[in-house]
Amino acid sequence: MSALDLEAVRKQFPILARRVHGKPLVFLDSAASSQKPAAVIEATVDYYGRLHANVHRGVHTLSEEATAAYEAARRKVAEFIHAPSEREVVFVRGTTEGINLVSQGFARPRLEPGDEVLVTTLEHHSNIVPWQIVCEQTGARLVVAPIDARGDVIVEEFARLLSPRTRIAAFAHVSNVLGTVLPVAELAALARRAGAAVVIDGAQGVPHMPVDVQALGADFYAFSGHKMYAPTGIGVLWGRAELLEATAPWQGGGSMIRSVTFEKTEFAHAPERFEAGTPDIAGAIGLGAAIDWLGALGLDAVHAHESDLVAYARARLGEIAGVRLIGSPREQVGVISFLVGDVHAHDVGTILDGEGIAVRAGHHCAQPLMDFYDVPATSRASFAVHNGRDDVDRLCAGVRRVLEIFA
Amino acid sequence: MSDLRELYQEVILDHTKHPRNFGMLESATHRAQGHNPLCGDQLALFVEVAGDRLRDLRFAGRGCAISTASASLLTEAVKGRTTAEAHALFERFHAAVTAPSDAPVDTAPLGKLAALAGVREFPMRVKCASLAWHTLEAALAGKSEPVSTE
Repeated sequence: MSALDLEAVRKQFPILARRVHGKPLVFLDSAASSQKPAAVIEATVDYYGRLHANVHRGVHTLSEEATAAYEAARRKVAEFIHAPSEREVVFVRGTTEGINLVSQGFARPRLEPGDEVLVTTLEHHSNIVPWQIVCEQTGARLVVAPIDARGDVIVEEFARLLSPRTRIAAFAHVSNVLGTVLPVAELAALARRAGAAVVIDGAQGVPHMPVDVQALGADFYAFSGHKMYAPTGIGVLWGRAELLEATAPWQGGGSMIRSVTFEKTEFAHAPERFEAGTPDIAGAIGLGAAIDWLGALGLDAVHAHESDLVAYARARLGEIAGVRLIGSPREQVGVISFLVGDVHAHDVGTILDGEGIAVRAGHHCAQPLMDFYDVPATSRASFAVHNGRDDVDRLCAGVRRVLEIFA
Repeated sequence: MSDLRELYQEVILDHTKHPRNFGMLESATHRAQGHNPLCGDQLALFVEVAGDRLRDLRFAGRGCAISTASASLLTEAVKGRTTAEAHALFERFHAAVTAPSDAPVDTAPLGKLAALAGVREFPMRVKCASLAWHTLEAALAGKSEPVSTE
């Protein structure tokens, strides 16, 4: 495994040249949305400047080239997540849309009154609300598997809550608040044994570690491009071929049909069936570029680098009197949440911003998890490949400044 | 950005650490809830109106330094005033915290509330400063729906 050349990586992010409030930017909010390397920006510019046309429609040269580039991106995604076929890769807007597609297209026609959908306490709202909606529509019940104080899902409880009525088990690969890496393969095996389909929210997984959807034992795996160095507006829903074929289309329109008459429409197979209308072609091509770029760095090297940062941040933040770290999961990647004395997270965020440091402050779209820890909000630092220990040191200095102001 | 001390002035830090008129008010004739979904701030405002005067006010809840200090300062600023005076003060306050940062603002009529004028440099935090005031307006208007900043 080759270690990351941090200075070389940093040079590839144009935005890192910015100063914020007169100070060099320290960007610690990649879990909300990561910054873009030049390779990704250039790929989208190149697409618009050189080969833009609509895909899957024309016979002219530009349309064929655009279609080839769009479909090449699909193949890159398949390889990236070790999907057996690119036909199982559906382009969507992001994780949220991917989960909604599964809940409405796959789950809704199957759920009956009394059926159950199992989620966990640490889920992002995008892996709670779509299930609440479909439960409301069908009379199914949302069941919540608890976590312990460390922020780990209690596997025995998860197993106990699986029942013959569990149709869906939906959970995160990595918590967007605590950084907990869930034991996905173990949970997925339990759920599938109980007869449930396994839906993974991979938004915080793919940027930080190699992902093999087959090894994880998932049935569906959704993620966003913009959290893994790709543009906003593009994401992926991967699903096992037979399940995608059994999923109803949820948006009708062009591209998703085989034949249309006013009497009857025959739908295309996956993935086209789920890609009605003109897709985000530039986004898909940008996602392909991000995958190439991450691949060149090496996901193992990325994972090692970011694991070191989380460990370093835990140690350095933890030694500041008045700082409380939220959660201490067995395996943690990418993010760390903390409280600074009794200072509200938004005040922490404002003061850190004054120091040129961008963190997320708030409930992180995970209000049930905030309730679990009985806090209204936390501050969250999240890491990307361009972060180094020096960024953590700047963060710690900023946190000391917060404590000084509120002393 | 202007210095953070402009935002976190001593008055604000003092009112955040030692909020005035904090708690329930048994004699309240009007009450309302305020909520800022963006930061999760929750505020309950209790007002005792006698005639056209705000005889007493209290607030409860939890929020950031700006919203807590603003609520605390509000209770001091409008206690004993008429509802019309309270409304006029809100208008002046709102104009001050939403004015463009390069426009001159006369903070003299605001008294201690002037300490919050620094939020106009921080557009994301204007809602924090205004929450208590919107909640007061809702309480006086007898609205039962919680006030939301979103």
